[in-house]
Amino acid sequence: MAAVNPAIHDTHHDGHAGHDDKPHGFLHRWLFTTNHKDIGTLYLVFSLTMFFIGGSFAMLIRAELFQPGLQLLQPETFNELTTMHALIMIFGAIMPAFVGLGNWMIPLQIGAPDMALPRMNNWSFWILPFAFLLLIGEIFMPGGGPQGGWTMYPPLSLEGGFNVAFMIFAIHLMGISSIMGAINIIATILNMRAPGMDLLKMPVFVWSWLITAFLLIAVMPVLAGAVTMLLTDKYFGTSFFHAAGGGDPVMYQHIFWFFGHPEVYIMILPAFGIVSEIIPTFSRKPIFGYQAMVYAIASIAFLSFIVWAHHMFTVGMPLGGELFFMYATMLIAIPTGVKVFNWLSTMWQGSLTFETPMLFAIAFVILFTIGGFSGVMCAIVPADFQYQDTYFVVAHFHYVLVSGAAFGIMAAAYYWLPKWSGNMYSEKWGKIHFWSSAIAVNVLFFPQHFVGLAGMPRRIPDYNVAFADFNMISSIGGFWFGASQLIFVGVIIHCVYFSRQRATAQVWEGARGLEWTVPSPAPFHTFSTPPVITNDMLAHGDVSH
Amino acid sequence: MISFGMVGARRAAAAVAAFALFASGTVMAGPQPWQLNMPTGVTSISQRIHGVHMLAFWICVAIGVIVYGAMVYAMFKFRKSRGAVAAKWSHNTMLEAVWTTIPILILIAMAWPATKLLIDMAHVENSEMTIKVTGYQWKWRYEYVDYFGKATPVNFISTLDAESNRVRQTGSGLDPHSVKEGDENVYLLNVDKPLVLPVGVKVRFVITADDVIHSWWVPDLGWKQDAIPGIINDNWTRIDVAGTYRGQCAELCGRDHGFMPIVVKAVPKAEFEQWLATQQAAASASKTAQAAPAAALPATQG
Amino acid sequence: MAQTQGAYYVPHGSHWPIVGSFGLLGAVGGAGLWLNEVMVGKPIMAVGIGLLVVMLFGWFGSVIRESLAGYYNKQVDVSFRMGMIWFIFSEVMFFAAFFGALFYARTFSVPWLGGEGDGALTNFYLWPQYAAAWPTNGPADIGGGFSTMSPWGIPLLNTLLLLSSGVTITIAHHALRTGHRARLLVFLALTVILGAIFLGFQVHEYAEAYEHFNLTLGSGIYGSTFFMLTGFHGLHVTLGAIMLAVMWARCAKGHFTRDNHFAFEAVAWYWHFVDVVWLGLFLFVYVL
Ligand code: HEA
Ligand code: HEA
Ligand code: CUA
Ligand SMILES: [Cu+2]
Repeated sequence: MAAVNPAIHDTHHDGHAGHDDKPHGFLHRWLFTTNHKDIGTLYLVFSLTMFFIGGSFAMLIRAELFQPGLQLLQPETFNELTTMHALIMIFGAIMPAFVGLGNWMIPLQIGAPDMALPRMNNWSFWILPFAFLLLIGEIFMPGGGPQGGWTMYPPLSLEGGFNVAFMIFAIHLMGISSIMGAINIIATILNMRAPGMDLLKMPVFVWSWLITAFLLIAVMPVLAGAVTMLLTDKYFGTSFFHAAGGGDPVMYQHIFWFFGHPEVYIMILPAFGIVSEIIPTFSRKPIFGYQAMVYAIASIAFLSFIVWAHHMFTVGMPLGGELFFMYATMLIAIPTGVKVFNWLSTMWQGSLTFETPMLFAIAFVILFTIGGFSGVMCAIVPADFQYQDTYFVVAHFHYVLVSGAAFGIMAAAYYWLPKWSGNMYSEKWGKIHFWSSAIAVNVLFFPQHFVGLAGMPRRIPDYNVAFADFNMISSIGGFWFGASQLIFVGVIIHCVYFSRQRATAQVWEGARGLEWTVPSPAPFHTFSTPPVITNDMLAHGDVSH
Repeated sequence: MISFGMVGARRAAAAVAAFALFASGTVMAGPQPWQLNMPTGVTSISQRIHGVHMLAFWICVAIGVIVYGAMVYAMFKFRKSRGAVAAKWSHNTMLEAVWTTIPILILIAMAWPATKLLIDMAHVENSEMTIKVTGYQWKWRYEYVDYFGKATPVNFISTLDAESNRVRQTGSGLDPHSVKEGDENVYLLNVDKPLVLPVGVKVRFVITADDVIHSWWVPDLGWKQDAIPGIINDNWTRIDVAGTYRGQCAELCGRDHGFMPIVVKAVPKAEFEQWLATQQAAASASKTAQAAPAAALPATQG
Repeated sequence: MAQTQGAYYVPHGSHWPIVGSFGLLGAVGGAGLWLNEVMVGKPIMAVGIGLLVVMLFGWFGSVIRESLAGYYNKQVDVSFRMGMIWFIFSEVMFFAAFFGALFYARTFSVPWLGGEGDGALTNFYLWPQYAAAWPTNGPADIGGGFSTMSPWGIPLLNTLLLLSSGVTITIAHHALRTGHRARLLVFLALTVILGAIFLGFQVHEYAEAYEHFNLTLGSGIYGSTFFMLTGFHGLHVTLGAIMLAVMWARCAKGHFTRDNHFAFEAVAWYWHFVDVVWLGLFLFVYVL
């Protein structure tokens, strides 16, 4: 290897169209791609599509719950929609969005020429559409889609027809995809950093993904194991989850939640990372307590492995188990609190401006914290005896998932869209989208706390008239929130295809970090030669010393 | 700091107003329109649960007031448009230590009463009667296993009342508001045969299911307990106030999960004993009439 | 070092991943249909698996070509290593789920059903005749009485086989590093053969279990965990043995060099992993 081999991409980040060596032809460009930016785009487009499909199921749910009495749906269809809504949102919308953002930004942020394993990167993505083809296709199969909730508890989940096998296999495929994606991200971060990009100088977003990827590799196989046992219980006569054969239906829940709880942090840690990029930028001040932020993420990840049974406080665990899982769960409030306080301190004595990404980031901090508070309330076992399986829990997790994870993704989209497309989005419409979403999401989910406390169980298609008023408010908020997302799509399409306003390389006045040193739009290949990194290029790190 | 104080006070006032609403919603037996909070319930346990819930709630409100207050203050004070110039600092070890320690203390304050309560709830022994609850798709079976040490043959199935069942069919066009018992709307919260229990007696529940997992929940008793096929869970209650308490199945159990309510009718002890006697008589009458099937009943699990 | 700057090899577009995705779709879609007794399922599954095999050959073929052409530098090599390590870690967690089921059943659910600890009421009300003991097919005697395989027959033999295969692969690796081609081929072949014998024994053991011991997948929790763990492991041995055989063929073609033979090492790691899992199985499934 005396000289640079001609087969090795040797483009410089000059953004010169002629040098861009993008593959020609649609198939070559998108189907066969090994380029992290194109794959990132594919992930993001896929995720947005799934967000709309999952969201339209939610709209049907909210329409049925608009008033008491069953007007639109059969109960089994309602259960099908609930189950599919959650599976699509979690595995189709939120997770792929984060992987897409990671694909786009991690190599740019650490000065790498691409992901470590570019061909596998392509495969990680292209498994997903097939997985969802299987999953969504079930709706049209005999017996319809799965109706047992996204948690798939046996024996109920085994009562389905065709959908049992297809749901399980779809989850296997999603697992393969996630694991390969996560391996790629870890290898990229550990192996591809430009010289001078020490681990403790990496952007917090990269850190959050490193830890998230570890969580993914640790728990996706466990989910695969759990559903494999469902499969054999259904089709091969095993008794893992039958008490009559010496198994235990509750065992499934333990295995599922050993996956499931880390899974919810998989859906929030990258959002923490995103917010930790955005708040310093628009505060024009370095992030407060960089190292503490990193250690906090690591502690949350560690704790996430020992709290799973807080989803099972009512299954009849021994007292010692209930207490252990209560204490462990409550502990998570501490590192999370450190993050919230550090974001706040980053803003303190900054020089704040409120462009759309910042608005979403601030809303994230506020609304995620509300979800965190209700989470801590759920962790208190005796109180959870009342909350469990009610709309209080539904409110909890939508605060952390919609106004948490999804807002984080939207913040990231606005923050990096100029970098991706080279154009500025419309700040006016971005702000309209923000305010509309931020208000609607509260109208949608806040009243759910009340009906939950008043005694409305989740996963029911119909309810007593006492719950009617708040459900109607919630549904109105739901339609409003859903409609607001049309603005989001409008802003994106306008920005990418129609906006006349060119973005500078720096884009945001206060932005720091390698991604802002390349032109906008980021050229097809960046950092083919590793950049020389100086301290003032770093996003964070201990630069102020 | 002035604007911070203002915001805090306004939030606190709003929260107090909300609490006043909470408090008024708690004495009724079923859910009420515009009800904002959990019922305090009718057992000492349910009241203590309400207590830990409110403690956690107020702690969260307090933390929220501080965090959001500071945030709002920062957003007004440190705007670039008001000429704010960014400081350079990014560390403060002292502060970080403080906001790691204080939450630990707060958490202990919440965990302590919760732990005591949980330990008390675990004491099912010394119960004076036993009810076996079995969940089916989509109904409940109640067996009065024993009452003050004496076995009883009383056992029956409890299902959604016919009126609710008619109204709840998809596209029935019937008005859920019309399903009433007295003044109370009982749509989807009424059954053909309620579980009758004596007031002031410690009742042990042994809970299981026959097909899939269900969960037995009456909010006024303070807890829910999953009903798992092949497994028995137990729990207990001692109801202090006579009344009719309504709940629902709280674990997704298939198509009609939303339609398997639970009604507990708590009556004074004497009245209960009278009721039990008539039921017993009826049960033994039917037992002699059709001896074989009735004899097979106690071993419900085949 | 300067000449490696910018030399991280980023491959051009490849059609193998999408072929692989179609392969997976066919494999699991076909399997799903088959399980639901739709007859086209089987052939669809076969086509899917066929596509996957074609994909593997094509994909690894490209990698081998690129490697032989010298496109890969040290950094690419490290990426491959990390990929393999984390892949094996994911497999460890996959097995962990099944081991977890075994441990949970043995320490919690079976004793509870038998009335120990928190299970007193469960036993009293639902399964009064059931006394917990391991092995068990549960209180309802699912699948009827069965007996278990003695650990000291075939399983012990299999343990020895796998342990020795761990030794032979190490010798082969050493031979590769010191440039002893003939020794490499012999010991690699030995490893494959040991793996194959292991599999043969396992097939025999399964046949015994089904025919003479009435121990089946349907034998309650014991049968479930026994066959799930050993079967899933057997699948890994099969894959490992196939990969070893491929490595043998590549060695025979003279593919690797003394210090550039990552594919070989990856397979060796995999084989050691399969080996270690077996030790866990032998201990927890057979002996204890
Ligand atoms: C992104 C997803 C996400 C996140 C981040 C969280 C975060 C948390 N969750 Fe949540 N949770 C879900 C998604 C998530 N959850 C989902 C999907 C379910 C339902 C699954 C299902 O059944 O379908 C669920 C359910 C769920 C339950 C089970 C409820 C039930 O079914 O009965 C519990 C119980 O303990 C719980 C607890 C917590 C806690 C303690 C946190 C903590 O991490 C929160 C920590 C944050 C804060 C506390 C706020 C900031 C901190 C401070 C300002 C410091 C000071 C604060 C204190 C001292 C209190 N969650
Ligand atoms: C990742 C997470 C995620 C996200 C983003 C969402 C988003 C939403 N969710 Fe969901 N949800 C879950 C995860 C998520 N949810 C989970 C895990 C469950 C539990 C499932 C279970 O019990 O098994 C659940 C359950 C759940 C329920 C309870 C169902 C039940 O218990 O029976 C409800 C009810 O209101 C609900 C509503 C919504 C709504 C209104 C949104 C909205 O935010 C959606 C907004 C988006 C759109 C609407 C799409 C875009 C717009 C259009 C398609 C345009 C057309 C629309 C109009 C013009 C109105 N969700
Ligand atoms: Cu029974 Cu839900
Ligand atoms: Cu959790």
